[in-house]
Amino acid sequence: MNRRLLLALGILATVGLSLLPFLWFVLTSFKSQGEIEAAPPAWWPSGSLGFYRSALFDHHLFDYMLNSVVVAGATTLLALLLAIPAAYALARLTIPGKQGILAVLLCVSMFPQMAIAGPVWRLLDTIGGLNHRWGVVLPYVALTLPLAIWILASFFKELPPELEDAARVDGCGPWATLFRITLPLATPGIFTAAILILIYAWNEFFFALLILTQPEQQTLPVGIALFQGEFTMPWGELAAASVVATLPLIVVVLLCQRWIVSGLSAGAVKG
Amino acid sequence: MAELELRHISKSFREQPVLRDISLQVPDGSFTILLGPSGCGKSTLLRIIAGLESQTSGQVCIAGTAVDHLPPAERDIAMVFQQYALYPHLSVRENLAFALTIRRTPRRVIEERIAEAAQLLDIQPLLDRKPKDLSGGQRQRVAMGRAIVRKPKLFLFDEPLSNLDAQLRTSMRIELKKLQQRLQVTMIYVTHDQVEAMTLGDRIVVIEGGRIRQADDPQQTYTAPADPFVASFIGTPPMNLWEGSLMTEGGKTVFKGNGLTLPLPTRLIPPHSTQKSDVTLGIRPEDIALRESPEAVQITGTVELVEDLGADLLLHCRAGERRLVVRTARRADTVQGQTVTLFFPVDKLHLFIDHRRFDPPSATPT
Repeated sequence: MNRRLLLALGILATVGLSLLPFLWFVLTSFKSQGEIEAAPPAWWPSGSLGFYRSALFDHHLFDYMLNSVVVAGATTLLALLLAIPAAYALARLTIPGKQGILAVLLCVSMFPQMAIAGPVWRLLDTIGGLNHRWGVVLPYVALTLPLAIWILASFFKELPPELEDAARVDGCGPWATLFRITLPLATPGIFTAAILILIYAWNEFFFALLILTQPEQQTLPVGIALFQGEFTMPWGELAAASVVATLPLIVVVLLCQRWIVSGLSAGAVKG
Repeated sequence: MAELELRHISKSFREQPVLRDISLQVPDGSFTILLGPSGCGKSTLLRIIAGLESQTSGQVCIAGTAVDHLPPAERDIAMVFQQYALYPHLSVRENLAFALTIRRTPRRVIEERIAEAAQLLDIQPLLDRKPKDLSGGQRQRVAMGRAIVRKPKLFLFDEPLSNLDAQLRTSMRIELKKLQQRLQVTMIYVTHDQVEAMTLGDRIVVIEGGRIRQADDPQQTYTAPADPFVASFIGTPPMNLWEGSLMTEGGKTVFKGNGLTLPLPTRLIPPHSTQKSDVTLGIRPEDIALRESPEAVQITGTVELVEDLGADLLLHCRAGERRLVVRTARRADTVQGQTVTLFFPVDKLHLFIDHRRFDPPSATPT
């Protein structure tokens, strides 16, 4: 009983610690300018929507959001499109040095962004990708691919190969097997990978700041960061914009949650 | 005409030979069992027939046509896998329809075939369920149904009953046999279970070490095993075997091995073979008599353990350096530690010379 109590307290403390800054921002977003500056601080907001109005309409938050949707969506689709066949090949085919390939992939994903920022900028400059939304999509895809391939490969490996044999006997070619049998069964893995890529592309700041210098192409994190004026720090608008920027992600994760159930392949083989 | 013909099939995985020169003819409408211990290559052979694996050399012919270049889908075969391999995201109905849908069979025909198979296998109430909601036996039926709806030239089974419990396995075995007799189709069935092999098949192909040891009907495989391996693999408890040599002692031919010396009648010995070093002598546990019988060699043994099987007794005896098992009707007078005289009727002795069966011309095996 005592252990359970301790466990509950521990969980509560951890969750509280992670949620507290976010909670503070949500509360701040509903405050008035006076309440933000009050000392001692006012905990509970009066429920003003002024900052939301200002963030959405004066600071063009919707334009940034549209850019983020395009960039994150394109990154997710493109990364999955490349990761699925790669992961499938790594999981199913006998490739010499397979473990080496996976290890190199892992190493690539650990490169500090700062170290590759220069070369990436030069490269994009050469091919004309600066100040284009596709200019950030390319490095995003490159940076998310290793993780996506790792997640998907481990999912494909767990699928019983007998199912694919059965599909071949039943008349499926490699593509039909992939689309009719393997992919439907790997749905949880695909959704898991997709959400991680989406979160990365949605939140990424550094490359976006570097590559997108025109406000018309900037994504949410960069746009919000640039709310800051020369002499002012608009806390209220920042808080409201952050809440608005986070909401779509929360909605997507909640919607996809039911797809991220593992054990979908139960019943295929002895179990 | 042979439905399936294998011509000199060999298969190696990374220089490691798994199958060596397998040639086999499977007649139309027959139930052929590929039997052998695990790792003998029987499943690989089945996968080669299916086209899921390619042979290193040799040829596979189905209905008189070489199919080596054809993918599994175009060989007109259906396969039932050991782990059922039902598609978990599809309902039973969709599982049954899958292969036909891929082949663009008209909707009406698919419906008919499913209804037919469902009735045959008694799975109508399960059609709208997902595989995960089925019991092991039900999944097994669906897996068979998926093969049946295809109406293929050849049914391949890869140890389909090995995941079921003993009781279910027995009832499914009987159903499968009935099914084959009813459908009159050609089935090839891989198993390591000799009881399944004996009861289901009308032909047993015993495979060991990648080679066919014997291909015969079940009765012949049991009564006249081709070599010591088949003799020991078929039958529970296995045949008692002694390894030794033939030699002449005092004008008589005797078998000597494992501390046992048995005089053998001359007619049992192949001519010019009275001196042979690689000889195995065998007798089945149920063929050993405890009472004097005409024309029998006799030895003395000590009963070390008595196993009561209900209907029979198994006597584990020691004679010479080896143990042997005797199956006998229930006798109250046999107890542990007792010294018994065992009679080996001469016509029940199996003699293997250089690992090949030798049948004396006069005593034809029954």
